Amino acid sequence: MKVSDLVEKYGLKVFSGKEGLGKTIEGGYVSDLLSDVMGNAAENEVWITLQTHQNVMAIASLKDLAAVILVKGLEPDEDTLEHSREEEIPLLGTAMGTFEMAGKLYADLNPGSQS
Amino acid sequence: MAIELNFTIEGGDFSNAGKASSKIKKVLKQLNIEAKIIKKIVVAVYEAEVNVAAHAYSGNVKALVGENDVVVMVSDSGPGIENVELAMKEGYSTASKEVREMGFGAGMGLANIKRNTDELKIETKVGEGTTVTFSLNYS
Ligand SMILES: Nc1ncnc2c1ncn2[C@@H]1O[C@H](COP(=O)(O)OP(=O)(O)O)[C@@H](O)[C@H]1O
Ligand SMILES: [Mg+2]
Repeated sequence: MKVSDLVEKYGLKVFSGKEGLGKTIEGGYVSDLLSDVMGNAAENEVWITLQTHQNVMAIASLKDLAAVILVKGLEPDEDTLEHSREEEIPLLGTAMGTFEMAGKLYADLNPGSQS
Repeated sequence: MAIELNFTIEGGDFSNAGKASSKIKKVLKQLNIEAKIIKKIVVAVYEAEVNVAAHAYSGNVKALVGENDVVVMVSDSGPGIENVELAMKEGYSTASKEVREMGFGAGMGLANIKRNTDELKIETKVGEGTTVTFSLNYS
């Protein structure tokens, strides 16, 4: 599944970094603790968070994440947008909460897991 | 011959945290250092940078990229660490409420550094500052 497929399927808002929409998603990570993401997220995962400041994109770039999804309709800070554009990593948004968004992504990446 | 990279960090300046780790990542990539090594060192440098921003007044990062290893020294002038053993404990943090609300201050930084390096040394003097030195061998 590509980042663009996820955007389309759930009507996610693309704030910035659309150059990276063609990346393939290999997993997901959910956390609002930056050191937790730094220590445990893996390359090409999608990070779901409610943090909106620019360190989020710094981490996404350092960890080579596929995309970041901001939940609950949260809006990114201006420098977060800039960083996302520079790094060409999609910064996405949804009105969904973390639980719902993560559940959908999990099901998409693990077909057959709900049987 | 080692390549030397230097960066400065100001206390409280989270917007620049990640600059040193990002640049070091780029240089290591250009030098064709193994991806596994880059991933680890980047975690350690980022955490050390954030610690200067979160806990100290000002500091600098010096990275020595050698033929067999990369050595990073992060020195700051700051409050120092009273009890290093306690500070190393996962979950221990003296970060302010504001810093915690940003998602920093989980008390996992030093543990992340330890886990991703081969050697870690913390030299600190209360009221003066801290130097965190760590290294990672390529093979
Ligand atoms: N450079 C530093 N100067 C002063 N104190 C520090 C420094 N680095 C770490 N510490 C102390 O060690 C604690 C644990 O650090 P760390 O594991 O990185 O967690 P966190 O930064 O999330 O609090 C900090 O809360 C702080 O009390
Ligand atoms: Mg820390």
